[in-house]
Amino acid sequence: MQLAANTGRMVKVEIIRQDTQGGTSYTQKFEVPYRHGMNVISILMEIQKNPVTADGQKTTPVSWDMNCLEEVCGACSMVINGRPRQSCSTLVDQLTEPIRLEPMKTFPVIRDLQVDRERMFNALKKVKAWVPIDGTYDLGEGPRMPEGKRQWAYELSKCMTCGVCMEACPNVSEKASFIGPAPLSQVRLFNTHPTGAMIKDQRLNAIMGDGGLANCGNSQNCVAACPKGIPLTTSIASLNRAATVQMFRNFFGSDHFVD
Amino acid sequence: MSKEREFLWRRLHSLLGVLPVGLFLVFHLSMNFTAVGGEQTYNDSIGMMELIPHPLLLVMEWVIIYIPLMFHAFYGVYIAFTATTNTGRFSTYRNWMFTLQRFTGVFLVVFIAWHIFQTRIQKALGASVEYNMIKDIVDNPLMLAFYIVGILSATFHLSNGLWAFLVSWGITQSPQSQKIATYVTNIIFVILSIAGVVAILSFV
Ligand code: SF4
Ligand code: FES
Repeated sequence: MQLAANTGRMVKVEIIRQDTQGGTSYTQKFEVPYRHGMNVISILMEIQKNPVTADGQKTTPVSWDMNCLEEVCGACSMVINGRPRQSCSTLVDQLTEPIRLEPMKTFPVIRDLQVDRERMFNALKKVKAWVPIDGTYDLGEGPRMPEGKRQWAYELSKCMTCGVCMEACPNVSEKASFIGPAPLSQVRLFNTHPTGAMIKDQRLNAIMGDGGLANCGNSQNCVAACPKGIPLTTSIASLNRAATVQMFRNFFGSDHFVD
Repeated sequence: MSKEREFLWRRLHSLLGVLPVGLFLVFHLSMNFTAVGGEQTYNDSIGMMELIPHPLLLVMEWVIIYIPLMFHAFYGVYIAFTATTNTGRFSTYRNWMFTLQRFTGVFLVVFIAWHIFQTRIQKALGASVEYNMIKDIVDNPLMLAFYIVGILSATFHLSNGLWAFLVSWGITQSPQSQKIATYVTNIIFVILSIAGVVAILSFV
């Protein structure tokens, strides 16, 4: 297959590798045959077929994560030429060479380009990023959502937990406890949903805990980096207002908090 | 720091930076500006502070300045050092402001400590704070440069902090309102900086 479309051109790649979790990282250079329309994942597949470095040394195949191959699952995120993005939707033709691939180091690196995004999933659990519909009896239909709001909410719901905004954020790292932009925006999404809003005080109180909303330092890198164009900083500012109200409500309010 | 109190500490940090610390900075720079009118005007205007009974002045200093300033400074240093600045990879305007806010903050802790030592502590040790005291300080060109950088850091940190305050309390939410707030706070920065630098130069 590779021969069929062989143009003779080689693509230069530099990859930051790491053999074990917590191990030391090192750089390896590769050259892979160019094919028309190649994405970064097809480079990694070439290396997997023929794990030999640019200077002819045999090595182990580079490991990475992927799933949907159409920028909706978020699994394949990595730092490509300094920018965190999806390796499936990043085309070689749009990159300057040598193409430099690094893991998103804001997360624990499992191996090579594979990272553990568990802190994001834990954060979604912490903020109850779902619509609660379970009861001991049939709860019936929920309230209807206005169409305009549904269209707006759809944009926020495009988040694929890819971690790009977390990598871009200067306040998210292993040395800091900040929950990060993506789970915060999900709070705004589920607090807007008519059924989800039934526990909105619980979500607000969750992000008013340690490492929560107030740890945002307004660098606004997240909104610039998000591949889905999610208005993360507007979400954060809007939650800031909701949290201001909730703060006073918690202290001065009466015995019920929702609305 | 007790558990689940971080939100309150951060909001307090944001609030104290504007009130009273930011307000005090504006007052302080206004007093300094009277030096433009010459030695007599300056001495007269800071002499007004002496009209406040000494014990009351001490209470005011601690409540309005030292306690809020120390909390803002030390908690701010903690915030600054938990950040991993990345303007190399994300060189947007806001990310630069984020980084500069942290650099000026850390620098201001050093500058203000030195400034308090050179003026307020000397006063407590018997020196009198007046025109000539400041003149002697800024006679040294290195000190003058240090003071100018200190003043500019303070005016930047306040005006950019005001922008962040508006976001942190949920006042400016839309990108449009945040952009207008950027213009307004930049104008505040320019005005305060000119006033501050002109004042210190009039001691030279
Ligand atoms: S908000 Fe955007 S960048 Fe962040 S995880 Fe979701 S899709 Fe990725
Ligand atoms: S493989 Fe799913 S986003 Fe790239």
